[in-house]
Amino acid sequence: MSAPFVQVRNLRRVFDVSKPWLNRVLEGGHLEYLKAVDGVTFDIRKGETFALVGESGSGKTTVARMVVGLLPPSSGSVLIDGVSMTDPRQAPARRRLRRRIQMIFQDPYASLNPRFRVDAIISEPIRAFELIQGEGDIQARVGELLSLVGLHPDDRLKYPHEFSGGQRQRIAIARALASDAEFIVCDEPTSALDVSVQAQILNLMRDLQDKFGLTYMFISHNLAVVRHMASRVGVMYLGRIVEIAEGRELFARPRMPYTRMLLGAVPDLAMSGRQRIPVKGEIPNPINPPSGCAFNPRCPLAFDLCRREAPELIDGVACHAVNTAPVPA
Amino acid sequence: MTEPVLSVRNLQVEFASRRGTLRAIDGVSFDIAKGEVLGVVGESGAGKSVTGLSVIGLIDPPGRIAGGEIHLSGLRIDNLPPEEMRRIRGKRIGMIFQDPLTSLNPLYRIGDQIVETIRTHLDLSEQAARRRAIDLLAEVGIPAPEKRIDGYPHEFSGGMRQRVVIALAICAEPELIIADEPTTALDVSVQAQIISLIKRLGRDHGTAVMLVTHDMGVIAETSDRVAVMYAGRVAEIGPVQDVVKTPLHPYAKGLMGAIPTLAGDDKRLVQIPGSMPRLSAIPRGCSFNPRCAFAFDRCRVERPDPLPRGAQSVACHLYDAVPTESAA
Repeated sequence: MSAPFVQVRNLRRVFDVSKPWLNRVLEGGHLEYLKAVDGVTFDIRKGETFALVGESGSGKTTVARMVVGLLPPSSGSVLIDGVSMTDPRQAPARRRLRRRIQMIFQDPYASLNPRFRVDAIISEPIRAFELIQGEGDIQARVGELLSLVGLHPDDRLKYPHEFSGGQRQRIAIARALASDAEFIVCDEPTSALDVSVQAQILNLMRDLQDKFGLTYMFISHNLAVVRHMASRVGVMYLGRIVEIAEGRELFARPRMPYTRMLLGAVPDLAMSGRQRIPVKGEIPNPINPPSGCAFNPRCPLAFDLCRREAPELIDGVACHAVNTAPVPA
Repeated sequence: MTEPVLSVRNLQVEFASRRGTLRAIDGVSFDIAKGEVLGVVGESGAGKSVTGLSVIGLIDPPGRIAGGEIHLSGLRIDNLPPEEMRRIRGKRIGMIFQDPLTSLNPLYRIGDQIVETIRTHLDLSEQAARRRAIDLLAEVGIPAPEKRIDGYPHEFSGGMRQRVVIALAICAEPELIIADEPTTALDVSVQAQIISLIKRLGRDHGTAVMLVTHDMGVIAETSDRVAVMYAGRVAEIGPVQDVVKTPLHPYAKGLMGAIPTLAGDDKRLVQIPGSMPRLSAIPRGCSFNPRCAFAFDRCRVERPDPLPRGAQSVACHLYDAVPTESAA
């Protein structure tokens, strides 16, 4: 087997959230840092959908932005098809790689330039990477991309405000495909959409994956959507991956107590007679996280080791209780 | 049968615009009994929030209630003068909105806000109202309420703020609570806590709850009955188990199939083509007919009225004078 398409190793990102220097001098206080992402490691194989799921503030979007290179990591590395996204010596190789990585954002109202016509939006990657020469050929390609995502080729003459949310997200997908991307990072692509439209977009994304062999990294807080889309899932809590497993396995047999709690908390249509684990507490303040395992104040299985020492990710689970003793079913 | 707490009959809400009058709600009827939770579900633009706002009399111009009647425990409230409506709002109808930060005044301590509301509606002394506020905060699950009562809204997390808003909504023991997307801004684990809180309040106090949300999962966990809205009308209404397991209206069927579930398999989601029509271009006849796979001639000209079908009621011509399961 060849090396994974995307290799993320020990990725960290720290934000300085201190008060300005003068306030610190006058009012006291010290430097404060927020560890948004703290030692995240995972692989994505070619052609699979890897999902990161977690509640707000767990660091999933920060990971996505570092993977595509929109945000430099504080430490750690991201290798995509063997090319480092951080090493300055690999800049020429990275420039060639850029074309193959695209991103789809959550809010289709904010991610499309309202002053650009649709043909200008979709052809921008084509022109930037000089993929096709000649205006006629570019326009033909734009029309082809629009029909691919279920819009009409004549829609290229319209502006974003003339489309609904779901149609805008289709335009964003067409733009991502315009540069023949292979790896698409989708940050909450359907969170702003209604369920019937969400179903259309999710189906479209899967069709395109089958057709072009795309690799997706899928960020979502919606567990049911992740269950539907992902072949592998990483669960994040306060900047760390606490459990990582094949999608089917994770949802059938969650091991980490946080995953169990999260799955138990999802309101689901097929809910009747389900054993619920009562949810207690809330996500702690990430500036001042609990010592040891960040989940220990909310965890039913926590013991003294959990309060002292942060657990390593062993065999897909970062949990002292799971890794030292079998979890009672 | 006893009188329902809330009875809405043939409600119509219109918004005047430059391009003519838009009808946001067109003939909506439903009842909510004491202690019952009615879920109102639909996609954006279906008219769920406008229905909630008309019940509490907060439709502002250019919108107006153009027809129909709203009764609260027998009292007609849709045509009350604003002054009288204000006495009902907060006292007999409590409200919970989506964003807890905008429902609270950031400049006042939460205790002052609750005490003010209590004293507006109930004849209590300052001390008694404060004691009641502490009890309320304890009831909605805020730890150390005697300390937290002097906190400001920004000192609370999103879930805790929503609990404060719920305490405000129930402080005058209302007969009816309107909750408009109460958990949409919250994380799943916090959402589960708020859902069980709303459920418990309805049970313990016998409060009728109208729960407006786009999340069918929340409805399935919370509600006794559910109304599925589409383009300003109720497409289907019935007990939540029936509507979830055996939806009748083609739109409700599509909606249930479009929702990814944790237990479901990996097959393709059911796809409803197109999207909700704009208010300015509601199709003739059944408003769902251009998206409906079962539409026939009658659907394009005649608007379907709700038809009883077991415990459910469905507004669809397929169920009119067709005794067999032709729409399955």
